[in-house]
Amino acid sequence: MRHLLGTKDLSKEEALAILDLAEDMAQVQHRQVKKLPALRGRTIVNAFFEDSTRTRTSFEIAGKWLSADTINVSAKGSSVSKGESLRDTMLTLDAMGVDAFVIRHPSSGAAKQVSGWVGAHVINAGDGQHEHPTQALLDAFSMRHHFAKIGNPGFEGKRVAIVGDLLHSRVVRSNVYLLSKLGAEVVLVAPPTLMPAGVENWPVTTAYDFDSVISELDVAMMLRVQRERMAGGFFPTPREYSDAYGLTLERLRRLKEGAAICHPGPMNRGVEISSAASDSAASLVFDQVASGVAVRMSVLYTLLGGEEGIRE
Amino acid sequence: MKYLISDVQLVSGEHTDLFVAEGSFRDPADASGDVTRIDASGLIALPGLVDLHTHLREPGREDAETIASGTKAAARGGYTCVHAMANTDPVADTAEAVEHVLEVGLAEGSAQVVPVGAVSKGLEGQELAELGLMARSKARTRFFSDDGKCVADSLLMRRALSYVTAFDGVIAQHSQDPRLAGAGACCHESEWSGRLGLPGWPAQAESVIVARDVQLAELTGARLHVCHVSTAESVEVIRWAKKRGIRVTAEATPHHLYLDVSNVEGYDTTYKVNPPLATNEHIEAVREALADGTIDAVATDHAPHNPQDKDHPFDVALPGMLGLEQSLAVVMETMLNPGRITWETLAERMSYAPARIGQVANQGRALAVGEPANLVLVDPSARATVDKNASLSRSRNNPYHGRELPDPVVLTMWAGDVTYGR
Repeated sequence: MRHLLGTKDLSKEEALAILDLAEDMAQVQHRQVKKLPALRGRTIVNAFFEDSTRTRTSFEIAGKWLSADTINVSAKGSSVSKGESLRDTMLTLDAMGVDAFVIRHPSSGAAKQVSGWVGAHVINAGDGQHEHPTQALLDAFSMRHHFAKIGNPGFEGKRVAIVGDLLHSRVVRSNVYLLSKLGAEVVLVAPPTLMPAGVENWPVTTAYDFDSVISELDVAMMLRVQRERMAGGFFPTPREYSDAYGLTLERLRRLKEGAAICHPGPMNRGVEISSAASDSAASLVFDQVASGVAVRMSVLYTLLGGEEGIRE
Repeated sequence: MKYLISDVQLVSGEHTDLFVAEGSFRDPADASGDVTRIDASGLIALPGLVDLHTHLREPGREDAETIASGTKAAARGGYTCVHAMANTDPVADTAEAVEHVLEVGLAEGSAQVVPVGAVSKGLEGQELAELGLMARSKARTRFFSDDGKCVADSLLMRRALSYVTAFDGVIAQHSQDPRLAGAGACCHESEWSGRLGLPGWPAQAESVIVARDVQLAELTGARLHVCHVSTAESVEVIRWAKKRGIRVTAEATPHHLYLDVSNVEGYDTTYKVNPPLATNEHIEAVREALADGTIDAVATDHAPHNPQDKDHPFDVALPGMLGLEQSLAVVMETMLNPGRITWETLAERMSYAPARIGQVANQGRALAVGEPANLVLVDPSARATVDKNASLSRSRNNPYHGRELPDPVVLTMWAGDVTYGR
């Protein structure tokens, strides 16, 4: 694998290989000396064109635990009107001999564009409203652990709801592709104003009524509702949104035995998820964060570890 | 220079000789003395093509295109006349500004340059530009457009339409509801926008403005021209309006006849354009409308951009693509060769109709004795793979690069002078 741009183009076998390797990487987290020599001498640049504390930190720790040199570049505000083009910015960094770029960008397609310009490996750490593949992989990693823990392993026949701002979410696309490849059934739940165009052709079912599906779910994945959407007329008020689509105390009680709750964070407690739900035993929220480091170590090693890891 | 073009086929199918002297067609029987002979057997003569929609970028962005380079590209594409859009820097919103474009065109152009005047001051959509002063200037401007931006305010649009009826002007509208398709909108709203995560531009962002404008044209009795029609819904509205007798004309671009939304899959910003490339259903509707005359004219929306304005994320890069050099090729490929239009209709859509709409008296004329010698000689069977680096434009944002298309233009003549020949 040369780049990780999305889960759409990832085969089931490649995804499972990353998840399996992440199991080994997760062991490192429990050691006193959290360091593998695997990527010693390799340089990874986290090029973040958008603020992100958790993803950037997670990638940085993953790189450091693999002994790579990781550098954070914050490059907000490069635009047509001021400064250099994205192409020039990335070619400049690439010319320094970087082995891999981890890219977060507010525009859809940015990681794909960069992969066509640079010689280094490119990992998409979230592009606009498009994909966020490592988030989907860590979600799957957490779910897989959970399913094993409750004695019902595997994704086949599992029902996962993704609830919230599907239109503007990069997490939803990556999760839909990955979970459906792994054999889970995905149901997307949102008001009509937040459903993406063409969703009828995705490998999912859809519902506007959260209550109609809640009792059948194995996983409820709650997506953050961003503040600017609240002002954007996609729904009348946070209160009304929470009433229809929030994981409230009432809905928490209707989840079946063994069902799990995921949230990619950061959470708006009281809007899409109640504190009762996020702090409940069913919540995988902090498992997800821990999984993130292991999965990103696995991805970095998969791209950079072998003979194929030498830059072009 | 005098030219005798022998054994050329006219769009009617008739074969003839054309004699050109002192800028006009003359009786071939008078061809004598120092005459350059052009053997045109196997070639078809079209009236010089007229483009209603060209961005020449001068003044302001001469790095991307100039009046000289843009009209060279026009001549390479078979055009003898282009309408220079007003969204230059400074904006062409005064008599002095349109006269400047006219004068540079006369001095340096390889085709006739007709300056388009802005509808609103600075294209800001707030106050009318000096429409009357532009109309009475040396440029005699009749064709006004804020293209690049929509005249979104209904009242301003009503006033503009009403005001230009005094001198039989026309308002050419870039139909884009700025709320339905806001600043970030860059992908035809469809399965593609959903999948690629690109902000969607619904087809209705165009057609609701067209529907409003044709009714305002009816209210005011004015002439409305709809730029770059790209959707089935807009076509239906225009069809309805024409049936009702409303004075509306419309244009379609080569790219909306040929390229579909799937081209944006790789986020190549060459394919970013306003309105966005649509699905085949819309392409088919536009082709049908061009064939039946609901859409009157082909217009290129030739929009040169340099890499520093294109090498950005898709939603940030500037919209627009080149069109002058491949326009005829695309119309042949999509309309003529499949038998949807004849050469006569092609001449109507690419020369006669746009000249009428733009009120350019000496363009879009028959190839007949006494008429101005504006023509293009076409090889109907030549084909070639488009190479963006072979362009006469200063820019390289050519969406046809690497595609095999007709390569028809052998020679272009404007007012009796050869402006392109290969």
